[in-house]
Amino acid sequence: MKRDFKLYWKLFASTFYLSAFTFGGGFVIVPLMRKKFVEELHWIEEKEMLDMTAIAQSSPGAIAVNASIIIGYRVGGILGAFVSVLGTILPPFIILSVISHFYTQFRDSAIVAALMHGMRAGIVAVIADVVVSLAEGIVKERKVSSVLIMAGAFIATYFFHINIVFIILAAALIGLILSITAKQERKDGEKQ
Amino acid sequence: MTLLLKLFWAFIQIGLFSIGGGYAALPLIQEQIVEKNGWLSMSEFVDLVTIAEMTPGPIAINSATFVGTSIAGVPGAAVATFGVIVPSLIIVFTLAYVYYRFQDLKQMQGILGALRPVVVALIASAGLSILKLAFWNGGAVSLEKTNVTSVIIAISAFFVLRKFKTSPIIVMIATGLIGILLYLL
Repeated sequence: MKRDFKLYWKLFASTFYLSAFTFGGGFVIVPLMRKKFVEELHWIEEKEMLDMTAIAQSSPGAIAVNASIIIGYRVGGILGAFVSVLGTILPPFIILSVISHFYTQFRDSAIVAALMHGMRAGIVAVIADVVVSLAEGIVKERKVSSVLIMAGAFIATYFFHINIVFIILAAALIGLILSITAKQERKDGEKQ
Repeated sequence: MTLLLKLFWAFIQIGLFSIGGGYAALPLIQEQIVEKNGWLSMSEFVDLVTIAEMTPGPIAINSATFVGTSIAGVPGAAVATFGVIVPSLIIVFTLAYVYYRFQDLKQMQGILGALRPVVVALIASAGLSILKLAFWNGGAVSLEKTNVTSVIIAISAFFVLRKFKTSPIIVMIATGLIGILLYLL
């Protein structure tokens, strides 16, 4: 990829646009980014997108900001990271600066409530769509460990509300142990 | 000036200690903004949370802008927002460097291979929480109390997304407009 003005502008415009529609928490930006950067622009591969999400999730701060830092860095280096962070923080910055002057009217507006109500149903569909695609990818790997980790992580976070950081650390440890034992098995096999 | 510095420092702490995203940051924001510095009253804080839910963007960035604007205008908003992303910049850069430097290592492959299914599970869990909010308004899950229009909108939107690969943003705008339309009718 040529790192010229066009690339940085595209990066800024994309992150600005995505951030303006990230309602309902940081995870909503993941399906949006996947659609844009994996499927439309082909800048990033699906697996890499998941790795980036894991990094964004395990770092402190807002997931959307963290994800845009790492995508920007990947696409356009340090400058790319700053450009995409700017794109991500500007929409909420502008919207909140304006709204903070008349927020009671905004909060009590029935039209805004109706818009949000409809959008929430849309967000459910958007997340369901990306979960189906990603889970399909995991199941197709035909690795029992991956499916077990996926189910275990879901139960831990949804039913037991275990802090996400602990879940990520536990999975990382499991992954590390699996990779080490797999290596030893192969070595044992070579000896025989 | 001291006010701007105080703002900056308060939001650096919010950025640094809110791990896990979204609502994990709320108690921290409350502690810094309401209890320690008294920049917002508790009822203003509740308003802030409501508005943050109704507007796009991370809640930490929304609070930074809201608190910054209300106590020190646009410079306040800029300083607070910058404060909240400083820890992210430092830590994500470090992790990104480690990731790209060592991603081909066998052990790193093992770790990443285990993290990918976790990410899918986390997204699914967040989605299910939003689903409960959309279909049952955050209350108890029961058949009588189901918001049938929301269910129909969500299922149709899901179908459109799977079948036509429509852009998620178009789908979200469309469902938002349907919400307004149904209200006006």
